[in-house]
Amino acid sequence: MRVMLRRDLKQQIIQQLEAAHPDEAGGFLLGSLRDDVVSIEGVVPVENVFEPTERYHRYAMTPVDWMRLEDAADARGLSLVGYYHSHPNSPAIPSLYDRDHALPNFAYLITSVMPDGAREMLAWRLQDDRQAFAADTLSVE
Amino acid sequence: MPNIRIPTPLRAFTSNESQVQVGGATVGEALSNLTVRYPELRQHLYDGETLRSFVNVYLGDEDVRFLDGLETNLEESDSLRIIPSIAGGAG
Repeated sequence: MRVMLRRDLKQQIIQQLEAAHPDEAGGFLLGSLRDDVVSIEGVVPVENVFEPTERYHRYAMTPVDWMRLEDAADARGLSLVGYYHSHPNSPAIPSLYDRDHALPNFAYLITSVMPDGAREMLAWRLQDDRQAFAADTLSVE
Repeated sequence: MPNIRIPTPLRAFTSNESQVQVGGATVGEALSNLTVRYPELRQHLYDGETLRSFVNVYLGDEDVRFLDGLETNLEESDSLRIIPSIAGGAG
């Protein structure tokens, strides 16, 4: 699977994630899926609602956020194709916590953010057996 | 028959249907009937016999956890919606 992300959208994500450091931050990815290629056409930042003292390593949205964004995407003829979040001071590799809360058929963009800025952004996808994530190819153009 | 709205990532398991009508007198029966019809859905909704912690089921605007949970009674015209709670973390 390949994930296509415009350079300006990547920059928008990084600005948000760096501003939130040392807390985690994230949001939804809107777009389309065709022939094993996910094209991201919009990025929607969503507030981290985890308990403030845990936000350095946890990120969560509310079900109402999902409902609102899914309705809006359906109305625009787009899909919720994934979500992104930061791993402050940690590698951009899915954790067990990520896996236990993940959905299949969904692009997971994880960005490692250090005190002096973002490092790598990697794309992942939960395997159907829920046992692990597989790496997707992230193309930034 | 009650109607269940499927979240976008799980529609791959329902022949890309965003809404599915299933029989069931309770929320639990309807979800069970849904996973009998689409068996690949089950592991993503349930951990053993209980709903996964990030899987929310709404009856109209109400989370069924604040009603009678899976025992919540359904009317023929009711609409359910499966809504994931997105969460993640560095470990």
